[in-house]
Amino acid sequence: MADIDQHAARPLTAAWAKRAQGWLLPLAVLLIWETVVAQQWVSAHLLPPPSELAHTLLELTRSGALLAHIGVSVARVLAGFAIGAALAVALGAAVGLSPRVEALIDPSFQALRAIPSLAWVPLLLLWLGIDEAPKLTLIAIGAFFPVYLNLVAGIHNVDRKWVEVGRVHGLRTGALIGRVFLPAALPHVLTGLRGGLSLAWMFLVAAELMAATRGLGYLLTDGRETGRADLVLVAIGVLAVLGALSDSLLRLLETRWLAWRDVALTQEAQP
Amino acid sequence: MSAPLLQLDIQAKQFARRLVLDRVSLSLAAGEVVSLVGPSGCGKSTLLRIIAGLDRDYQGQAQILGEPIRLHSRHVGVVFQEPRLLPWLSVADNVGFELGRRGGRHPRVAELLADVGLADWGHAYPKQLSGGMAQRVAIARGLFTRPALLLLDEPFSAVDAFTRMRLQDVLLAAASHSQASVLLVTHDVNEAAYLSDRVLVLGRNPGRIRGEVRVDWPHPRQRGDARLARAEAEILALLDDREDAPQPPPQAAPWPASLARLRLAV
Repeated sequence: MADIDQHAARPLTAAWAKRAQGWLLPLAVLLIWETVVAQQWVSAHLLPPPSELAHTLLELTRSGALLAHIGVSVARVLAGFAIGAALAVALGAAVGLSPRVEALIDPSFQALRAIPSLAWVPLLLLWLGIDEAPKLTLIAIGAFFPVYLNLVAGIHNVDRKWVEVGRVHGLRTGALIGRVFLPAALPHVLTGLRGGLSLAWMFLVAAELMAATRGLGYLLTDGRETGRADLVLVAIGVLAVLGALSDSLLRLLETRWLAWRDVALTQEAQP
Repeated sequence: MSAPLLQLDIQAKQFARRLVLDRVSLSLAAGEVVSLVGPSGCGKSTLLRIIAGLDRDYQGQAQILGEPIRLHSRHVGVVFQEPRLLPWLSVADNVGFELGRRGGRHPRVAELLADVGLADWGHAYPKQLSGGMAQRVAIARGLFTRPALLLLDEPFSAVDAFTRMRLQDVLLAAASHSQASVLLVTHDVNEAAYLSDRVLVLGRNPGRIRGEVRVDWPHPRQRGDARLARAEAEILALLDDREDAPQPPPQAAPWPASLARLRLAV
């Protein structure tokens, strides 16, 4: 009996041991960080110790300020991402499915893609002012290209053999798109959506750094201007957590929708 | 006797400037099982594509039950060389693909899956099937609309010998249960003799019918039957094409280049 229990327990402990190993480095860094600042080898003004960051985080949470900033930022990301991704799906489908539309539109998009997206910032400010509009536009631009490029590639890679199956069963253009092309391109679309979402977060920060009175990017600027490194570090940490959370949400969708895929690794390795 | 199930008179079929089929005529009666046998490059797959309505670029006439051939004729079911199941649909939805979304719920799907010996597999995804099982599903899909004629293009060439023998019996049983005639392209002489009532032998460059071998006793047949061996010998004699000059390499894909990159014109 004891023998069996041991066998059953071993893989579990091994998994825990592996997971615990991953925590070793960050914990060590936090410990050293705290010590270095406590010993005043580094100025607490420039590098606030973890304990102070925890305190700041608690304060911000208690006052409700952090939640308000998060709410504003998340709303911007969602709106900008939705606009950019929706446009990308519409245009990507048209370009992928129709050689004529592709010849007409795709070269221009390839050219636009060559522009580093942050170069749009001054122009957007000039055209759209400093309201929500330029921020959402910038985030939408960021989200657009990964989705667009992946969808076009996905449609171009659809196996001709599946298309023939559709035609043998009498599918016309519309039904062929809905029942063969789009499902076949779905894995690419989801890859594109994940890429687009991570860029949306990046562009959110850029947008809020330039002109904002609320949001996590504003918290970054505010921390810098008032000389409070703790605010900056807390904002960075929160951004990291939000980015990871939203990505794992999409990954959840991916495992749901793509259960049919025949891939070697059904679950991604946990970092 | 009424009009034959299939009546085909092809004058010529060319790819680029190469003549692929030259004066090929064949007819099929209801209930028959006929095989097309020939070396690669003889145009047998092309012939099948013409009957399936996937290729219209030829000179000649083709009729099924007196109607000119078109793509997606309700009289014709197609089984490709590979199973070609759509991986994002369950097995049942693949069989009922003709009906659209939720096609897998049609009672005919369960009936067909039972016919091919996969009654319990309706909810599985294609990735869970072996090659032989996937081809069974493809046969069921081909028979879903109760076609008068089932076309198969080297359907068992990718499976091992034992699986192939089982699949051959599955095909015969399922087709006769659905009252479908069968036109099968193969390069397995043994398979052709075992399955068919008639075997048509094609030569190549250009593809022409060299002769016909009748295998005229009813199923079930014994695989070791001496008459089968005689039929095979006859087929092999017809296939022997030593008089042919060396051939240019056959096309990499047996399917025409015009379809190689099928995109939609929106």
